[in-house]
Amino acid sequence: MATKLKSVDAVLVGFGWTAAIIGQELTEAGLQVVALERGPFRDTVPDFSPTQIQDELRYAVRKATFEEPDRETLTFRNDASQTALPMRQLGSFLPGVGVGGAGVHWNGQNWRFMPTDFKMRSHCEQRYGKKFLPDDMTIQDWPLTYDDLEPYYDKWEYLCGISGKAGNLNGTIQDGGNPFEGARKREFPLPPLKRCASTAKFDEAAKSLGLHPFPCPAGNASLPYTNPLGVKMGQCTYCGYCEWFGCANYSKASPQTTILPVLLRKDNFSYKTNATVTRINLDSTGKKATGVTYVDAQGREFEQPADLVVLCAYSLHNVHLLLTSKIGKPYDPVSGEGVVGKNYAYQMSAYVDVFFDEIVNPFMGAGALGQVVDDFNGDNFDHGPHGFIGGGYICMWQTGGRPILQHYLPTGTPKWGGGFKKALKENYLRASSMQIHGGVMSFRQNHLDLDPTYRDIFGNPLLRLTFDFQKNDLDMEKFVTERAVEIAKAVKGNRGYNVRPREGHYGIVEYQTTHNTGGAIIGDSPSNSVINKYCQSWDVPNLFVMGASAYPQNPGYNPTGTVGALTYWAADAIRSRYLKNPGALA
Amino acid sequence: MKRTIVLAAAFALASAHAGDFSQLQRGKYLVQAGDCQSCHTDKNGPPFAGGRAIPTPFGTIYSRNITPDPATGIGGWSDEDFYRAMHEGISRDGSHLYPAFPYPWYTRLTRDDVRAIKSYLDTLEPVRQEIPPNKLHWPMSWRSLVSVWNSLFFKEGEWQPDTSKSAEWNRGGYLVEGPGHCGACHSPKNLLGGVKKGDAFEGGEGENWLAPDLTGRTLGGLSEWSVDEIAQFLLTGANDRTRANGPMAEVVELSTSHMTESDAKAMATYLKDLPNGASVAAKKTADTAQDTARGRALYLDNNCTACHMEDGAGQPGIFPRLKGSAIVQQADPATAIHLVLSGSRAAATDANPNRFAMPPFGGKLSDDDVAALLTYVRSAWGNRGGAVSASDVRSVRKQVIASK
Amino acid sequence: MPTFSRRSFLIASATASATACSRIPNTLPPEYPEQTRNDAPLFLDASERRFIDAACARIIPKDELGPGALEAGVPDFIDRQLAGPFGQAGTWYMQGPWSKGSEEQGYQLKFTPAQLYRHAIHNIDDYCNTQFKKTFASLSPDEQDRVLTGLEKGEIELPDVPSKTFFKMLLQNVTEGFFADPMYGGNRDFIGWKLIGFPGPRYNYVAEIEQYGKPYPLPPVSLKLGRAKA
Repeated sequence: MATKLKSVDAVLVGFGWTAAIIGQELTEAGLQVVALERGPFRDTVPDFSPTQIQDELRYAVRKATFEEPDRETLTFRNDASQTALPMRQLGSFLPGVGVGGAGVHWNGQNWRFMPTDFKMRSHCEQRYGKKFLPDDMTIQDWPLTYDDLEPYYDKWEYLCGISGKAGNLNGTIQDGGNPFEGARKREFPLPPLKRCASTAKFDEAAKSLGLHPFPCPAGNASLPYTNPLGVKMGQCTYCGYCEWFGCANYSKASPQTTILPVLLRKDNFSYKTNATVTRINLDSTGKKATGVTYVDAQGREFEQPADLVVLCAYSLHNVHLLLTSKIGKPYDPVSGEGVVGKNYAYQMSAYVDVFFDEIVNPFMGAGALGQVVDDFNGDNFDHGPHGFIGGGYICMWQTGGRPILQHYLPTGTPKWGGGFKKALKENYLRASSMQIHGGVMSFRQNHLDLDPTYRDIFGNPLLRLTFDFQKNDLDMEKFVTERAVEIAKAVKGNRGYNVRPREGHYGIVEYQTTHNTGGAIIGDSPSNSVINKYCQSWDVPNLFVMGASAYPQNPGYNPTGTVGALTYWAADAIRSRYLKNPGALA
Repeated sequence: MKRTIVLAAAFALASAHAGDFSQLQRGKYLVQAGDCQSCHTDKNGPPFAGGRAIPTPFGTIYSRNITPDPATGIGGWSDEDFYRAMHEGISRDGSHLYPAFPYPWYTRLTRDDVRAIKSYLDTLEPVRQEIPPNKLHWPMSWRSLVSVWNSLFFKEGEWQPDTSKSAEWNRGGYLVEGPGHCGACHSPKNLLGGVKKGDAFEGGEGENWLAPDLTGRTLGGLSEWSVDEIAQFLLTGANDRTRANGPMAEVVELSTSHMTESDAKAMATYLKDLPNGASVAAKKTADTAQDTARGRALYLDNNCTACHMEDGAGQPGIFPRLKGSAIVQQADPATAIHLVLSGSRAAATDANPNRFAMPPFGGKLSDDDVAALLTYVRSAWGNRGGAVSASDVRSVRKQVIASK
Repeated sequence: MPTFSRRSFLIASATASATACSRIPNTLPPEYPEQTRNDAPLFLDASERRFIDAACARIIPKDELGPGALEAGVPDFIDRQLAGPFGQAGTWYMQGPWSKGSEEQGYQLKFTPAQLYRHAIHNIDDYCNTQFKKTFASLSPDEQDRVLTGLEKGEIELPDVPSKTFFKMLLQNVTEGFFADPMYGGNRDFIGWKLIGFPGPRYNYVAEIEQYGKPYPLPPVSLKLGRAKA
């Protein structure tokens, strides 16, 4: 029998990036807000101290930073002909846990989607004809535009102190930036990170081919920074332990380093840790959320009533909770009906490793230290001759040289023995890797639902993922990988390169990206989406759903920048319209 | 005489500060200035209800309940009772208060200000809380012995303005010598706990922290700080040189960050004008000279450079500058040792909400390591602090462990 | 928030102590003891340990480039890991039902890593005894390489466990042990890091990152053990 707590104005499920933003925005509006986080509290000291954090085995290999599958996982199959089996260890993606969520362990690679990304279906159909898109491709336009989001991208970037160089300032293309990006109103808040040996070589090679390289926009502060909330960040010192680790010197943008110092001082904000939300509760009409039920560390159940429920639990867990709480019509890939679980997408990730004449000291790195070309992303090139849509960026990264997982060896190197050892010695200091970071379209058969067999520790069915790479995206990735090989060949002083393509079936074993998108997508109608353009549930107007579960498909960029912008956009709608007049906003 | 009257009036006006302070508001302000809450509140206890164990070399004293509870607090005290306690260190029942309660400083407060403080305390929620009896060693358990201490070290009396100085200086002096009681920590004490004659504000040791020298002495003092930097430090807990850490973080959070800008500037003006302390040679080390090459290697290997950077410059406003740092170069290295062993959290204020923290290195570094490391830091980049010995580190480490 | 006691009103008199300074005991959890050599076996029994020693010596051998995994203490590392949370599949989802699954679906065995090792090693020694009349550890290096290759490719079938799965985990753990921080028992005296030129967990390369082509001058350092020889 759940203990009922005193009601609050808003309850947030989860306490990562989106909850920190929403928490800050709603408390500014005077609301009493509670965040419920299933993991523990974490802060720079003691949890990410420089005395312990650079421990590759513990945090990256044994995965101490991330959610534990024994408490929460999902089942996976490539298609409906298989039985989904549990993801028993983490591999392909690494969801966060604890205060700060994956915002603690992301790399800081920060992007805006391009204007055409928001209108992917209509744009591609217009340019290439309706028949160009396969029948089972279920991509959709967003119900909002890049211009709608531009001020919120700006707000997010200034919150985080993103280091970069503008490529398009109010319509004028700028040297040194991304010429393909949507127009931005002002420069980045901080200049780009330093250029290292490998990114400098990539820059030269790409330019020699007539491409347009630029530094990746980085959530690693290039200089000490004070954000608009008055929170200060230190400057990045290129320690090479960014992704999968908390930052020891306050230089990676995270909830802890950008929002929490201000948010946690507020009287009208509180949070609970080790509190796992197991259900969003509805009233008898099924159209109003009354709050949530959560379980504490001792297994006791509590009911937290609230006027407003905001789902901030990460894309996968958002969808899982909607399904277990029976909110919205679950998607059926056979009939094509229903919406919850529809349009799950991911990211294509291939690599071209480059071996240099001289040492490049890969262990000096930062999470978003990279030189990028966007010439083959989105619709930046004519797809007519190719038969696929979409694209990806090519980036020479120097994120670190952590020896267990980040050593690059030429194809054909023995996997063990004397030859392996020799190759390690000869190549470790002289290698870096280019990533071909491609988008994934939505397809009818790729979806999320509830598993019929396997359960979590609370007795709830696990989320079931049915996903495989489809021809469009495999062809796209192959094409862009070939372009990356051309750049590799053009690198001065290269001893050779190595292609690690993305081919065949999707598997959950090898780490790729934690870019799980879709399942609770944004749209212009309840028949084709779960949330409206303000991230408000069509079914339950006092429920808002944050995060990349909103994406109708996934373009060729890391999702976080757009998650930040979209959250600010939704927060603005809640503050300026919903609170004054609760009800459907669209 | 006329100037005295003018000054006294200006200074009294400054007491009734910034226009429309009612007596209650003034009282609250002075309670913050006096940082009463800090000692008179137990860890996780109700504010001002006392019960905090205050260790002294003579045993433990428990702070009083100063909420207006009639039975266990000061609910039954008159204004006169309260003034006598603040001004003379005499309790309502006529017994002596131990000078752990800094009446030797609060004696400087005007009667009017003391009345305002009382009026504010009277508005607090009365909390019924019995205070444990003090655990003092004989013969200090005899309160009457305090009268001897008073005759040696206590000079009763309200603040007397110095007519040769500005109104601002006098206001600052009143705050520093009175409610601020800065010298209670920042002055060296003799064996009986009295301030060493002539050495006021030259740094004071307490348990395992060193409250640094505030005089204008060139090594370790405030000589390089501007008035604005001092004021900014008091108001926000940070400036471009460093951040308030350790016990001072609490002082900033509960007390000085609540002062007005002009009061902070006044205090800074007064502090900046403190007589230069006598130059004190660095403490001789018991062990042989440390190898600074080893210290430098430790500095680089242990990632001090993550925040304090390779050249010791820190990052202005964020991570303290070690190069030219007063704390680093104090003759007594206790604070520097304590910071390395235990780490610290900086003060967080509304102006500076980040609670930047330094992690503890005591679990990783031996006494020898810490001594070598600090010897390096105290002599690098133009710093002129003396060597640190392993035994220096050992004694601070013992205190640090004991106090946990 | 570190607790601090209100200042006493006396100077704390520093009394010189005659005892030699001592290191604060290491605060790591038990699986990372301060010394890098194991005092006693933690999980592997004597015959299992002999297999691991021999396998490590082939997977990253000692040769003209220098010491290999055996010299670097990787067997100690593996013993510790198997005795600890990793060996117990600490955070893995280990609920049934159990099915083989496709390669894409990953590890679906009921065995924890510790159990996997135990079964595999005994199966492999049985196989070697049958084929060669000797245990794996007693084979010649060439014979050992052939057996390892057979396991790697799944050509040798073991009765209890899939050989490919075991070999993959073994290779992974050997690599981990060779390249993890020495505080875990492997990478002894930075043998692994010195081979490749990795200077360990350091946090500031602001000056060096723009000095293209310049080797980094400082030697490797461990998170807990400094530059010490293990």
